[in-house]
Formats: sequence, structure tokens, C-alpha cells
Amino acid sequence: MNIKDTSTSLLKEFAPQMGPWSWKGKTAVVILSAILLWGLYALYIQVFKGHGVTGMRDNVVWGLYIANFVFFIGISYAGAIISGILHLLRVNWRKPILRIAELITVIATIIGPIYILLCVGRLDRLHHLFMYGRIQSPITWDVLAISTYLVGSIIFLYLALIRDFAILSETNEIHIPNWRRKIYKLLSINFRNTPEQVKRLKLTLDVLSAIIIPTAIIVHSVLSWIFGMTLRPGWHSTIFGPYFVLAAIFSGTGVMIIVMYVFRNIYNLKRYLTDQHFRYMGYMLIVLAAGYGYFTFSEYLTDWYTSEKWDAELIDKLFSFEHYGWWFYFANFGGILVPLILIGIPKFRSVKTIVFSSVVLVAALWIKRYLIVVPTLENTLLPMQDLRPEYISYSATWVEWALTAAGVAAFILFFILMSRFVPIVPVWETSEYLEEIKLKTSDEKVLSEKRAREVKQESISVSTS
Amino acid sequence: MTEGTNRRDFFKKGLFAAGAATAGAAAIGFAHQDENEISAGEKVKLLSQSGEIIEVDKADLKMAAVNTAEALEKITTGREGIPGRKFTMVIDLGKCRNARKCITSCQKMHHLPEDKEWLNVKLIKDNEKAAPYWFPKTCFHCDNPPCVKVCPVNATFKRTDGLVLIDNDRCIGCKFCMAACPYSARVFNWDEPEVPEGMTHEHYSPETSMPAKVGTVEKCDFCPDMLRENKLPDCVTACPNGVFYFGDENEDAVTNGDETVRLSALLSDRAGYRFMEELGTRPRVWYLPPHNRMFPYERGFKDLPEEHVEMYNDYLNSH
Ligand code: SF4
Repeated sequence: MNIKDTSTSLLKEFAPQMGPWSWKGKTAVVILSAILLWGLYALYIQVFKGHGVTGMRDNVVWGLYIANFVFFIGISYAGAIISGILHLLRVNWRKPILRIAELITVIATIIGPIYILLCVGRLDRLHHLFMYGRIQSPITWDVLAISTYLVGSIIFLYLALIRDFAILSETNEIHIPNWRRKIYKLLSINFRNTPEQVKRLKLTLDVLSAIIIPTAIIVHSVLSWIFGMTLRPGWHSTIFGPYFVLAAIFSGTGVMIIVMYVFRNIYNLKRYLTDQHFRYMGYMLIVLAAGYGYFTFSEYLTDWYTSEKWDAELIDKLFSFEHYGWWFYFANFGGILVPLILIGIPKFRSVKTIVFSSVVLVAALWIKRYLIVVPTLENTLLPMQDLRPEYISYSATWVEWALTAAGVAAFILFFILMSRFVPIVPVWETSEYLEEIKLKTSDEKVLSEKRAREVKQESISVSTS
Repeated sequence: MTEGTNRRDFFKKGLFAAGAATAGAAAIGFAHQDENEISAGEKVKLLSQSGEIIEVDKADLKMAAVNTAEALEKITTGREGIPGRKFTMVIDLGKCRNARKCITSCQKMHHLPEDKEWLNVKLIKDNEKAAPYWFPKTCFHCDNPPCVKVCPVNATFKRTDGLVLIDNDRCIGCKFCMAACPYSARVFNWDEPEVPEGMTHEHYSPETSMPAKVGTVEKCDFCPDMLRENKLPDCVTACPNGVFYFGDENEDAVTNGDETVRLSALLSDRAGYRFMEELGTRPRVWYLPPHNRMFPYERGFKDLPEEHVEMYNDYLNSH
């Protein structure tokens, strides 16, 4: 079988996910849209009534929104590692999970910045960023970095899709409505799989994945510097850049595993999203958990050991059960130890425990972002002495929760819609991968036969001498 | 009056402020003088570099700024400082009894609602052995301002006369400056601010900070519109105990409305310090340590509602 035949058979297998909606799919879309509408209603209230409807006040000027922003940009790292690092390292098993990773990146990078916009008091003046932009401000760095990253990831996703678009526009094996076929045709920009085209496409993808890696690192570093560049205890830390980058890769990998698991189950993709994939991703989680744990430890150890007044106050709040204790221990112990133990010890390691660890660590990292943003803002250098409790400590209002839920709903909804428009497992790359495996196994067969013959001959010559 | 003369008058005032200082009046450099009175033969008293009072003819004073269109534009947008000046404030902690007159007069002057304080008075206890004291806190108008550094649109800016102001026509309300300010000096218009009648159509300038706008940041501005008229900021004149000294570093003089003193002498004699010097923000507001206090700190509880006192007592108990 050549690649073409493999891909045709693959396509047939993936056809159901792109066919008519199942009732489960329909309900999911209805529920998610309802949550999204609820969020839009909250947004309407916030825009027309002012930010007073949120829990943010003069001391805690940022809250849930910024935590969500960091979180979504963090999970966008799924694509950066899978299609960036693993691409350059030519790790072949990445191929079937490529598309999921890239979709996560693009969708999260679209949703994330919306949360920053939700913190902006005057959305009507956003153009000021371009009219009066100051390069000295970390916000400007963020605008530049994230927009570059978004454009880069969209291009990457698109280029990686071109071959599938071409296949989809031509295939007669599965039923595709004509209008859709036309769109695929248009999007495939005349890709006809000539050697020249393939060469160029591969080169472009190589270059892009080399660009995506530093861009991703820059994005999360400048994001951490929004905090790091202030004189606030808990924020003003030199390791914030790498710490955020690592946390982002960690949570990105976690979300990646969850999404893989969900799709594997609803679309029956066990053959392509194999246990092997989960195991490899699990190994990555161990390394990341260890690295992330190391950063976390050094961050809090140095603050606690020297115990400067403001740092000590913050640490007290984080560690005491009266304040953030439970959250803190869950975020910093649960999120690190659960994957280390469940995946690290072979006896416990299975697809289920890997997925479970991912859920725990993703939740832990979301809480962690909240714990970075809110307690520090509550911990002002001068005593707050305000009679209005909402000015002293932050608690999110329903508007903020609604918009948070809407972000998650939008993420899933986007994913469902995209998965119905393009195969969630890249047809072309996967066929290539399957062919390679076959080749490799047949090569190995040839090799081992040869080796066996040699051994035989050797033994003959030994016995004759 | 045509616009042209307006501008000229304006510059004369600026010039007056830059050069002239009438020592006999309530404040050095802050006595309001009508420019019509400026005529040859009239003398003004100036404080020389060495601290002597000298008299010169008003007519001999030269304009400090060049009257170009660009300079005018900058001044009308409030971005250019008053030429030749470097404003500074000294707060005498030994005299404060939390009379809160500074706060209420500031709120009146800037048409702020009761719960919005650009200036507040904190009760501070430095350590368990130290006696508590009242600590009035304005914006510090830092020379190395963290808020100005982080603003993405240059809506908050530092002027040559030392002031840090906000242009609420330009501010996008990202609140980054609030997160960056270690002294919590800034407040945000979370909801549509109540703008008193008649103020809504007022031409906005960062120098008046009026009218307030929803979704933008504001803070203590040292009342630049008053400074332009050679008047003291309202908190300074309102304080019944003369806690606030305000003046010009270039003139090396500050006044609290009652007495005028040399800034350098005051700071060195009374061990003036800046709040949290170690942050490197170089505030323009100095403090004189709370020793030789005029009042026990409990005096500050006098006219306060019960819940206020409770709040302060809670603070004292936890420190
Ligand atoms: S809130 Fe306004 S003044 Fe402050 S940093 Fe943002 S744009 Fe600048």
C-alpha cells in the first residue's frame, strides 16, 4: 500500500466524525452555546455598567481574568512543543497528535488575550496602543509577542492542513457536500502533491517550527514580566520568565493529554492515538513536573528563608489555612506530586492515571495562576485600612465566573466545530507515519534475516576451522 | 481679553513663579499677584542661592520660556511642567492628628465622592515596640516613577516640574500603573463617576483632572492648576496643624502656609526621609519622623465613627 491508499482508508475511518451530528454532539453544542451566551450577557453588563460589576477594586486591580489569560496562553504551549520541538527533533510518533496540538495552540491563543481585554477599562480606546504605544511598557511587549505568536501558529496550522484539504477536495470515498468540497479546494491552494510542492511545504514547516519555539518562549516570558517588572512582593522575581515558560509547557502537555483522551474515546481513535502516545506524553509530564517542582521550590524557599517583611507576609498568607493554604497546597503539591507518583511509578502507570494526573495538574496550574495574581495584590506595602471589605480582599463576582466559564465553553466549542471541519487526526501525516512504521518493520525483518544468515555462516566457519 | 493676551499673562505668571518669591507674603513663590500690577519701579523679594533675601525690580525679570507654538501646545495639554520649578512636599508626622481636613478639602477641590480618596491618612505602627502615628499619604510624584514606566500609551507621564500626572483622555484603563505603584496611590473609576453639574462639559486637562471619566485612572495631582496661579495645593492650606509643607526644590524653600522654611535645612535638621527609600523610586515627598508629637495618636480617633476606630484598633492589635 502506498501513502495515497493508506490515506484513503484513513479518511473512510474518520468520515463519521465529519458526517451528520450525533445527538450527543448536538446536546454538547447546545449546552456550550448556552454557557457562551451567559458569558456574553455578563460581558454586556460589564461593558455597559462599568467594571464595578466585577470583584476587582483599587487594591486588587486584576483578578480571575488575568489568571485565565495566563492559563490559556499557557496551554497554547501544547502546539509549541509538539509541532515545534518534536517536529525539529523528527520525533515521528508526534504525527497523529499534531493537529490536536496545533488546534489547542490556535484556539487558546485566540481566547487568552480576550481576558486581557476584559481588564481594560476603555475598550473604545484600544487604538491608543498603536497611536501612542510605548515600547518601554511590558504590555506593548505582550501585544507584539502574542500577535506574532498567533499569526505564526495560524499559519502553521494552515500549512499543515493543506495536504488534508487537497485529499478532502478530491476524495470520492466519503460523502462531502459540494459547497464544502469547494471550500476545501479553495483552501488547498492547488496543492497537487508534486515533489516540488512537497519539498517546499516541508521546508516551510521546518522553518516555521524553528520560529515558533523562540516566539513561544518570548510570549510567556514577557507575560511573566508584566508581574516581574513591578515592585511587588511575590512578583518581583528574577526566575519568573523561565518559571512561567516551564509552567506553560507543563499545563499545555496536560491539556493535550486530556483532549487526546476525549477524542480517542468519542471518535474511536485508539488505533492512532495509541497507548504508546499516552505513555510518551506521560514521560514528558514526569520531566516537566520535576522541573516545575524545582522552580516552585526555589521560588518559595528563597522568599521564606530570607523572610523580608513583605515576602514573609505573603508567604504567611499562602501557607496558612485561614487564607490560601488549601489552594496553595493543592496547587504546589498536588499538581507536582500526583503526576510524579502516578506516572513515575511503573505499577501505577496507565492511560487512565496519566489522564487523571493531567486533570489534576491542569486544575492545579489554574489555581496557581490565581495564587500568583490575587494574594500579591492583596498584600499592599501600606496597610489597607479601608472600611469597604471588597477593597481589601478580592472575590470574583458572577460576571467574572460567567466569563471564565464562557472561555472554557468557547474552547471546547471551537474544538468540536473544527474537528467536524477537518480530520482531528491529520490524514496525510498519519499515513506517512504508518507507512514509515511498515517500512521500518519490513527493513528490520530484512535486517534480522540477514543477521541470522551471518550468524549461521559464522557458526559454520567456526565449526569447520 | 483675547487669547493672545491670555497666553502672555499666563507666561508672566509662570515667570513670576520661576523667579520671584515674595518672602513677606504667606508663601514664598505662592503669593498670587495680578500681572497688571507688574510695573517698573516695583520691587520683588527673591531668595538667592545662598539663602539671602534680595530685592529686584519686577521689570528686570526675564521670561523663562520661549513663546513657541510647540511650547504652548504642550502646556495646554498639561504635559509640560511649569518652567524652572521642581515641586516638592514635606510632611511633618509629628504634627498630624488625623484631622482629615486634607482629605475633605481635596475631595471638595476635585469634586470627589466621599469614598474616593486621592490622599489618605494611614495609622502606622512600625514594629511592636514603636508607638503608632498618623501617616498622611499623597501621590509621591516619584522621580523614578514605576507607574510611568509601565504605561503602554504614555497616558501617565512625568513633567519637568516633578509632577506625575494622568491624561484621562488617553488612558485605556489597563490598570497596570496601579499594579506597579507600590504605594497604592492610584484609584480607578470602576463605575460612571458622579460629575457635578456644570462640570460635565468642562474642558479636560490633566492639570485639573476634571471631569472624571469611567474606566480611567486618577490620583493626587498636587493641584497643578493652583500651582499655575501661585497658590498652594488645597491639602496644604486646609490642614489645621500645618503638617504639609509645599514648595520648590529649586528655590530650596517650602511653606505650610504659616511658616516658610528652607527645604535643605528642614530635611537635615529634622532627619527627613522618604518612605521606603530602598525601592529606588525617589519620591518627591519627604517625611519628618514622628518625634516630639503634638498629639497622642488617640486624638485621631476623636471625631471618627465607631467602625473606623474599630478598624484602626484591629490594625494595632495585629501589629
Ligand atoms: S491605566 Fe491608564 S495610565 Fe495606567 S498604565 Fe494603563 S493606560 Fe496608563
